[in-house]
Amino acid sequence: MSKYTEDDLREELKTKEYEYGFYTDIESDTFPNGLNEDIVRAISQKKEEPEWMTDWRLEAFRVWKDMEEPEWANVNYEKPDFQGISYYSAPNSKPKYDSLDEVDPELLATFDKLGISLDEQKKLAGVAMDVVVDSVSVATTFKKTLAEQGIIFMSISEAIQEHPELVKKYIGTVVPQKDNFYAALNSAVFSDGSFCYIPKGVKCPMELSTYFRINQAGTGQFERTLVIADKGSYVSYLEGCTAPSRDENQLHAAVVELIALEDAEIKYSTVQNWFPGNAEGKGGVYNFVTKRGLCEDNAKISWTQVETGSAVTWKYPSCVLKGDNSVGEFYSIAVTNNYQQADTGTKMIHLGNNTKSTIISKGISAGKSQNSYRGLVQINSRAKNARNFSQCDSLLMGNECGAHTFPYIEAKNKSAKIEHEATTSKIGEDQIFYCNQRGIDTEKAIALIVNGFSKEVLNKLPMEFAVEAQKLLEISLEGSVG
Amino acid sequence: MDLKEKLVSSFLAFENKVDLDAYAHDVRSEAIKIFEQKGFPSKRDEAWKYTSLNSVLKEDYSVFPKQENALEYHQVKHYLIHDIDTYKIIFIDGKYSSHLSETTHEGIDVCLMSAALSKPKYQLIIENYFNKAAEQDSLSALNTAFSQEGAYIHIPKNKIVEKPIQIIHFSTGDESAIMLQPRNLIVVDENSHVQIIERHQSLTDNPVLTNSVTEIFTNKRAIVDYYKIQNDKETASLIDNTFIKQKRESIASVHTFAFGGKLTRNNLNFYQNGERIDSTLKGITIIGNKQHVDHNTLVHHIEPNCESHQDYKGIFGDRATGVFNGKVVVEKEAQKTNAFQANNNILVSDKATINTKPQLEIFADDVKCSHGCTIGQLDESAMFYMRSRGIPEKEARALLMFAFSNNVLESVKIPQLKQRITKIIAKKLGVNIGFDL
Repeated sequence: MSKYTEDDLREELKTKEYEYGFYTDIESDTFPNGLNEDIVRAISQKKEEPEWMTDWRLEAFRVWKDMEEPEWANVNYEKPDFQGISYYSAPNSKPKYDSLDEVDPELLATFDKLGISLDEQKKLAGVAMDVVVDSVSVATTFKKTLAEQGIIFMSISEAIQEHPELVKKYIGTVVPQKDNFYAALNSAVFSDGSFCYIPKGVKCPMELSTYFRINQAGTGQFERTLVIADKGSYVSYLEGCTAPSRDENQLHAAVVELIALEDAEIKYSTVQNWFPGNAEGKGGVYNFVTKRGLCEDNAKISWTQVETGSAVTWKYPSCVLKGDNSVGEFYSIAVTNNYQQADTGTKMIHLGNNTKSTIISKGISAGKSQNSYRGLVQINSRAKNARNFSQCDSLLMGNECGAHTFPYIEAKNKSAKIEHEATTSKIGEDQIFYCNQRGIDTEKAIALIVNGFSKEVLNKLPMEFAVEAQKLLEISLEGSVG
Repeated sequence: MDLKEKLVSSFLAFENKVDLDAYAHDVRSEAIKIFEQKGFPSKRDEAWKYTSLNSVLKEDYSVFPKQENALEYHQVKHYLIHDIDTYKIIFIDGKYSSHLSETTHEGIDVCLMSAALSKPKYQLIIENYFNKAAEQDSLSALNTAFSQEGAYIHIPKNKIVEKPIQIIHFSTGDESAIMLQPRNLIVVDENSHVQIIERHQSLTDNPVLTNSVTEIFTNKRAIVDYYKIQNDKETASLIDNTFIKQKRESIASVHTFAFGGKLTRNNLNFYQNGERIDSTLKGITIIGNKQHVDHNTLVHHIEPNCESHQDYKGIFGDRATGVFNGKVVVEKEAQKTNAFQANNNILVSDKATINTKPQLEIFADDVKCSHGCTIGQLDESAMFYMRSRGIPEKEARALLMFAFSNNVLESVKIPQLKQRITKIIAKKLGVNIGFDL
């Protein structure tokens, strides 16, 4: 067997094409390109939304009009033309089905290609799927099981119809409409997304999962996710993405809001594998996401993400630790290859006493990619005994890529304890030599090292998701992950 | 009239006053244009996110000192490292004081910038080095535009300068508010070695703003030790811009002891233009009241096999604010770089703030780069241990804080200077003990 070296791996990384690139031809109900108040109203109308929702969207739109696209991130890309995007597209095979047999067979084939047969998922994984193709929720499973526990898990447009009081109370409380450029845009035009409410004291019996997929040419996708964990409840929420290969850039600006009330715990895991563009850096998805969670007393929010896709990623899942004794966690693996650019990290805002946060970020850059960690740890002057631990490690493969760290640490209370450390390295020849010496060949050695490098984060993924994460990581780092 | 307008309009008058030789004149005219265009930095600039100059810029500074002031040695002895023999270049309100200074031209040049800029024998060095390391940011450009006086040090090949050089800027406060812009140029040729101590000191409570630029060039295998003592009045502000260009196998270290002033901003930039270069940046910051100290460092690794070591310790009391913004850039060609950065802070008061941003930008794969940053408190069990052995709380606290900052002090190579710093630290911590137990 020929020796597998780091160079081979690099070569493989370069040539590895996007496996899941395909395009399903489903007749879609698509709006004309461009954005104005009429479009916003039309989206709202199309979804048969109540008036308060329409007003809320319009308010966001008016704020957005006067905002400027942020420039501070360490990424370069061609600015999307916001008037050249269609803001609504829905698969038009309506109404919804009660069984899978009625679903457009071509759509089912799509799922098969992605390896997520709904039936199989139902039986094997015990995962309830709220599948989003483009912008409308097509199938919802396990709803009945969840309903028995009083758990509400549905698309956000349904939730606006069926549980307006919950949506109205919480939407925009963690990510206000005018929070930032993309959050404002999302607030104005969000087409669909997921809504989840866990009642008091309920421990959600299964991992909740959604698949987001960008399918219609030229439509940006603007999901809105709202997860509310009421007092003493627990939920683990999974989000995973793959998108068809396409030459023009696609914009994705999602907003995720998590609310953990007293003693509640939310675990939010993401595997993101959107089309990263081809080896020349052409095409690929722009991923500008605002994710934020709010913790009340004794609550805990944990973000885990595996980022392998997208041409440009701009994403900072954050925790506002408002309540005393609340805990925020952020575990991330970001893999960039070819011309991918990722500027990702987290914000931990400590407001309450005895709040704790942990940040573990692993960046792996290959090809000509740029991988940045950007984080903020802020200790408010009234937050006594706040504790933070941050660790940011970068692994570089080849000398055409870059790894950057921009940690901001602001402490205003003397009882704060903050530790931050960052390292950058490549796979050490001495490490490989050590393994070789003990009869482990180079391929296995690299696998071992990369695996060890990202283990701390992979371990945080729920069992059901770990397989998927492994699979997606393999696309970027095939041959190195054992 | 705000300060920017005042400075821009004073420029012509200034240019007419100084002896114009073509080279410096062009550099100055170019620089004033940059300043006029960019103006003073504001909080909107990323590099100034945590430091606002507003409170400093509002004073009505006189831009040129109106008269020459004299000081007697006994008035200022206290501020010198006087127990060892040193060369001294001393300025009073921006003007050279020949009475207090001790310069030389024997084998080495330890003299004045004004002389270097005007005399033909220095022309070659000036044209090769003057303004060749300084960045074109607005404050450095402002200094360049008004560059006239400061220290000029040139150490030719193969010289070990046997005694340290002290560069001290006094302000007498004769005028209600004064702005000083000293400009230092230090060129150290092959295999030479020099130690330099720099201090800015105000003698009254009248506001002083110093915008200083120091350019240091270390040629092949040269060694430079540079110490900055910043222990000024709480009405004096300092913006210190230091640019160090290193050639291969040279070793440069800068120690910054920031014990106060109203606002202190240290822009310390290292550029490694050669292989096997070693750069060291260390600092101790101990401040209280409403003082503000900002360390903004850059180490630019351009070629392979170089090292950099950064170690900054800070203790912040009362309403003091500390900022550390350390940036390490490793270029694609700079393989085998070893860059280390540490920033440790203690907050002593609930009103004190520390903002730190250790930043890595890495484009090469075969490197070892790390940074660590902590914010914490004194170890209560260590406190208890000492108190149970009869050491009073204040002294125990001071001992722990001294120990915390000690590894920066350890690398100071002039024993008398180390002693002096130790004394200042004891005074700052409000105790009357020697730490050399």
